[in-house]
Amino acid sequence: MSVTIDGNEAAASVAYRLSELCSIYPITPSSPMAELADEWSSQRRPNVWGSVPTVVEMQSEGGAAGALHGALQGGTLATTFTASQGLLLMVPNMYKIAGELTAAVMHVAARSLAAQGLSIFGDHSDVMATRQTGYALLASASVQEAHDLALVAHAATLRTRVPFVHFFDGFRTSHELNTVDLLADDDLRALVPEELVRAHRARSLSPERPFIRGTAQNPDVYFQARETVNPFYARVPEVVQEMMDRFGERTGRRYGLVDYSGHPEAERVLVIMGSGGETARETVAFLAAQGERVGVAQVRMYRPFPASALVQALPDTVGRVAVLDRTKEPGSLGEPLFLDVLAALSESHADGERSMPTVIGGRYGLSSKEFSPGMVAGVLEELTRERPKRRFTIGINDDVSHTSLPYDETLDIEPEQTVRAVFFGLGSDGTVGANKDTIKILGAEAGLQAQGYFVYDSKKSGSQTVSHLRFGPQPIRAPYLVSQASFVGCHQFGLLERSEVLERAAPGATLLLNCHHSAERVWDVMSRPVQEQILAKRIELWVIDAGRIARAAGLAGRTNTVLQACFFAISGVLERGQAIERIKTQIAKTYGRRGDEVVQRNQQAVDHALEGLHRVQLPEQVTSAQEPAPLVPDSAPEFVRTVTATMMAGRGDLLPVGALPVDGTYPSGTTRYEKRNISDLVAEWDPDLCIQCGNCSFVCPHSVIRSRYYHADRLDDAPEDFRSALLNAPGLPDTRYTLQVYVEDCTGCGLCVEACPVSAGGEPVHRAINLADREPALAAERENIEFFEELPLADRSRVDFGTVRGTQFLEPLFEFSGACAGCGETPYLKVLSQLFGDRLTVANATGCSSIYGGNLPTTPWTTDADGRGPAWSNSLFEDNAEFGLGLRLAADQHTELARRRLGELREQLGAELVDAILDAPQLRESELREQRARLVELERRLDGLAGPAVDDLRSVLDHLVRRSVWIVGGDGWAFDIGSGGLDHVLASGYNVNVLVLDTEVYSNTGGQMSKATPLGAVAKFAAAGKTMPTKDLAMQAISMANVYVARVAMGADPQQTLRAMREAEAYDGPSLVIAYSHCIAHGYDMRDGLDQQYRAVASGHWPLIRYDPEVRAEGGNPFLLDSPRPRMPLGDYRKGELRFRALATADAVEADRLLGLAQQAADLRWRTYEEMATRGAQRFPADTRKDQ
Amino acid sequence: MDLATSYMGLPLRNPLVASPSPLSYTLDGARRLADSGVGAMVLYSLFEEQLREEAAHDAWLVDGPANSFGEAMDYLPAIARVDAGPRPYLRLLEAAAAAADVPVIGSINGTTPEGWTEYARSMQDAGAAAIELNIYYLPGDPRTTGREVEQRHVDVLHHVKDAVTVPVAVKLSPYISSIGELARRLDDAGADALVLFNRFLQPDIDPEQLAISSRVTLSSPNDGRLPRTWIALLRGRIRASLAATTGVDGPADVAKYLLAGADVVMTTSALLRHGTQYAGALLDGLSSWMDRKGFGTVDQLRGMLAVPSDADPTAYERTGYVAAMREANARSHGPW
Repeated sequence: MSVTIDGNEAAASVAYRLSELCSIYPITPSSPMAELADEWSSQRRPNVWGSVPTVVEMQSEGGAAGALHGALQGGTLATTFTASQGLLLMVPNMYKIAGELTAAVMHVAARSLAAQGLSIFGDHSDVMATRQTGYALLASASVQEAHDLALVAHAATLRTRVPFVHFFDGFRTSHELNTVDLLADDDLRALVPEELVRAHRARSLSPERPFIRGTAQNPDVYFQARETVNPFYARVPEVVQEMMDRFGERTGRRYGLVDYSGHPEAERVLVIMGSGGETARETVAFLAAQGERVGVAQVRMYRPFPASALVQALPDTVGRVAVLDRTKEPGSLGEPLFLDVLAALSESHADGERSMPTVIGGRYGLSSKEFSPGMVAGVLEELTRERPKRRFTIGINDDVSHTSLPYDETLDIEPEQTVRAVFFGLGSDGTVGANKDTIKILGAEAGLQAQGYFVYDSKKSGSQTVSHLRFGPQPIRAPYLVSQASFVGCHQFGLLERSEVLERAAPGATLLLNCHHSAERVWDVMSRPVQEQILAKRIELWVIDAGRIARAAGLAGRTNTVLQACFFAISGVLERGQAIERIKTQIAKTYGRRGDEVVQRNQQAVDHALEGLHRVQLPEQVTSAQEPAPLVPDSAPEFVRTVTATMMAGRGDLLPVGALPVDGTYPSGTTRYEKRNISDLVAEWDPDLCIQCGNCSFVCPHSVIRSRYYHADRLDDAPEDFRSALLNAPGLPDTRYTLQVYVEDCTGCGLCVEACPVSAGGEPVHRAINLADREPALAAERENIEFFEELPLADRSRVDFGTVRGTQFLEPLFEFSGACAGCGETPYLKVLSQLFGDRLTVANATGCSSIYGGNLPTTPWTTDADGRGPAWSNSLFEDNAEFGLGLRLAADQHTELARRRLGELREQLGAELVDAILDAPQLRESELREQRARLVELERRLDGLAGPAVDDLRSVLDHLVRRSVWIVGGDGWAFDIGSGGLDHVLASGYNVNVLVLDTEVYSNTGGQMSKATPLGAVAKFAAAGKTMPTKDLAMQAISMANVYVARVAMGADPQQTLRAMREAEAYDGPSLVIAYSHCIAHGYDMRDGLDQQYRAVASGHWPLIRYDPEVRAEGGNPFLLDSPRPRMPLGDYRKGELRFRALATADAVEADRLLGLAQQAADLRWRTYEEMATRGAQRFPADTRKDQ
Repeated sequence: MDLATSYMGLPLRNPLVASPSPLSYTLDGARRLADSGVGAMVLYSLFEEQLREEAAHDAWLVDGPANSFGEAMDYLPAIARVDAGPRPYLRLLEAAAAAADVPVIGSINGTTPEGWTEYARSMQDAGAAAIELNIYYLPGDPRTTGREVEQRHVDVLHHVKDAVTVPVAVKLSPYISSIGELARRLDDAGADALVLFNRFLQPDIDPEQLAISSRVTLSSPNDGRLPRTWIALLRGRIRASLAATTGVDGPADVAKYLLAGADVVMTTSALLRHGTQYAGALLDGLSSWMDRKGFGTVDQLRGMLAVPSDADPTAYERTGYVAAMREANARSHGPW
């Protein structure tokens, strides 16, 4: 059966059907494999032997590997799906599983490893780090292979007892849609007979026939025992080839351990593994057809390394070999595949079997870097040189070490029958979803093959997408982006200025432009470069106002189906009527479960799509003088203007090695240069109504609402439209107040409007802050912002840090992040940066907050006018608490050094100054300001001194201002993968502050269950509703006695949030603040986020508490219950969220049962808290840090 | 005292029927209503438009953020992509019909012909003893003619009668030019009962907040005068059963409706105001009034004060009107 699926589904389909247990942990890009397995398991879909596999989500990949090991020792057929750092966490168990000769397969969507920076994209860095574990490594190069070789791996492991990693390229294969032939259950059973399963089972641990496995061995036998496995490994190549042959006989698809293709008398050959092999094979075929004597050896089995298969694969005529590795091993003689090939060929030569060719090795495609036919040809071209580079890179410009090879990026080898199309859209407009449907429609047509690949940017709001589609009569083997598209869909007018849009168009291509301009007018609003390209490429231009049609159909903002219909109508890939019918059928399939209304609205949009479609008559000449606006202002720092701006423009591929920092260090505060203008509706202030409470500014997730007060005289130079009001504060006459909205950065989420306490009536209710059209205000607001930024900042020592009203005057040092519109996490980070930003160090766990906090090109953590601001770093996901503790210990060490040196230099520096510095309390902002002033004086006095102690002191002088170390992460980190470390760090007694942004689910990877997920909520891996209650992390920490603990929800009580964050920071010991963060994974309009926070607290779902050991030390009750007794049933809070409602739809009885249990748990917890809140101090454990 | 009654051919233990309200949102609520002693209950109304809007909104919640970020193709499990449609309502109806020892009637407010008929059929399958068509429709378009409005009622009834075999009641609005004629047309079209009258949830204005207020107000006894007038007029002139709704607060209000000719008397406001168990008090009050007045059965008193079927209704009304005016003048000495 032929279907169009992606590589993850292709592999998971086989893995699931051949397993009894999947032990997993979510990680990009492998998560969909695990999610599919979970979905199938929850649908009770059986494996090929009739059992429904169990899918268990663990707390980390380390945990998943441990459970996997146990399950295998217990005799089950167990598998896992992972990638990157996750695979690294499995390495210890991989040695064990292999050392015990255990049949097992893990499926890996191969991905880069975090080094100078994290990357979610594909290469072989992760799998190469497992090549020494004893696992066999099998590489798939395409979606079809990911399906086929998955079976070969499962079949071979049971025969050889050697465990297998079956891997394919992350994103390029894991996320590519392609038409594949699906294996039937009989195919699977034919290669994996039940006797082998029973033999595997018979090797399991059993008290009925006990033995011991996992002994500790001594020098006398460990070595020999390690050598016992050799015969098993020796058999692997033969068995794998046998399985491939049997597979080929059954299906007609033939594979080899190493497959050669190309000229039979090739002189120059590439050796490569993974999806790049497809590109190499197609390019070599193209070049060989032109008479070039070139070939490619595609390695499918990498461990055990099939040396003889490789040697035999190469024609005798080969004199030059280039080995391409998709990984980097700094300091090595060469990358691993290269070294293996070199060793194999030289041994063969030494044995007199063949002459020794020249072998060179290079790197390509790291982090999903494009690997195109031109690059293949470039490497082959290098082999023609008399002295080719021994070590090289391809696909980048290495102006530092000069490793890179030149190549022709325009080389086009694709068959003419293959139709190529690219679509530029926004994540929110549904372009990708519609294109996935298009691929499925075309892939289902007899005689048509289809491929789709989708590129996303790293922003979570206003994200841009590019869809690359191909279809034609032949199987599509082109795992690289479309560069010569005959059809270009530009689904957002603003994207047309991106140079990539027209660059990807082939001469004579059709461009479909979605915009509200008419066919007559659209030409006049285009910039000069756009017009030039359109004319130069003789592009056929069509326009449609899809937004209008979608709105009329009740699909505001979702232009996907309209544009999909237009694509079919213009491109003519299917007959128009037939295409419309197919689209409608696919809509019914895609949206059927969402109800008739959704289907009807989409089908109606299709019916009306073509009404507004018009071809544009183009003039002969360019008529526009309009130049595209510069991406960043001239005033931006040089790095931003050159490097950052290039990345922003989507041209980061062109940056040479020398342009990039050597150690992953980037400047702070670059989001301010990326004016994204992603929302048509933005916040607008009404000064006449405003009571200057600061609520809007406090809750704004993107820090786009700022307040300043200033003397009225300053308004003399104000722009005409600049808004202000008399400052509503006693004792400051003639003082004006301005609330400035940064309209180009506003995401239009509306949280500010909901937070505004003022109502002037009307429908919708007019408030002191409202949403209004951005466009009319844009020019004036740019001027206003420029003026606003020149107004004086409030003196921090005079601001009331204890009130929301006061904090609005503190400059946020976290701004304009790419977080979701209406994000529930970022307001807490913004407040953190306002309160402590100039002395803040942040250790950030991997997850949403590390992506919107640290993903290039631009990052939101920024600096104040003095150049101070949060120092931010991300280590890993699992180690964040420990990483933060390390930062604390380093700071403490240096503070101690500074204090010691200061003491030693007391007489030279002046006793009074030194004592004042050493004795400074540094709790209040005024005290901190005084300390900074003392340090200025200290520096001045140090200038007059010399000597090692002076130099030492100068190097750590900054540490004399108290540093605020915050460990930040989500619940996936704090409750699951980082739980052990967090536990240890909290118990350490050191002065670290932990902020848990608790969305009650893994948000960044798409909503998988964590131990914070509430009882009764649905989440991935809890599709039938979570049946275990949430772990009470606050109570765990309280049990440690000397940890400051708070649970906060700013939507319910912002004052309590402020109080808790300040108390936590001031507390001289570990502190933990757990912050309720609403999230798109909860399933409701984020605009209602604050209301839902209020309900979470009012229903007892999220009681607000503080536990302050300082109070205990003073004889008071340290446990404070800050929220009133629940005044609404839990169900009233839950009914607003789809994560709870969905279960009621599917299984009302179970939903009622779980709601009842959740209510009981909430009641019980509340009673416990109430009881604790009324205890005497003596009933709490003493703070062991204090003298009692 | 025998309170037994028949409504649309359904034998009821008494003529008090709980009309659609939030009291029947849950199975527990429906059970409490049955236990309170009512003769039958109409479940809360299934609003087709609301279901459709909810489905579209939920789809937006799921699809909106999907396919836009490389690490997460979506954010909720597949289960969240399933539209509930009318299933929760039908499940409740089924459970309530099984749990209650009185007839449970389903109520529909549709917007499309398919909506009306499919929901009606599903309700019948789920165990509804009858269907009530809650034609809640405000013809806000000034071009809509009165005839069109009336025809809509008849069409909906035709569709539903064709789709189900259980009795079908039509709940009417009082804002019809000639209610009598429409009643007759509906009767001819096979209506098994007419429910008089629907109360539109007329929005109010909050002058302090300068906003539209949509708070529901409960009916008061005076609101019963209009339905009583029409019940008195229709009694004996149409075949369909007559159900009175609106304005019941005490036993006397029930008695008045029965005297006017209602087969059953529906209430929600009284139960919301005084609690579900208040149905028992209404029935007790009705019994003692009957006892006091010497009625042994409800049939004996039903329609006693209806307009006699052989009288000329217009003349009868005119006479009643003139008499009422005279009386009012005599009392108030007003400017009549």
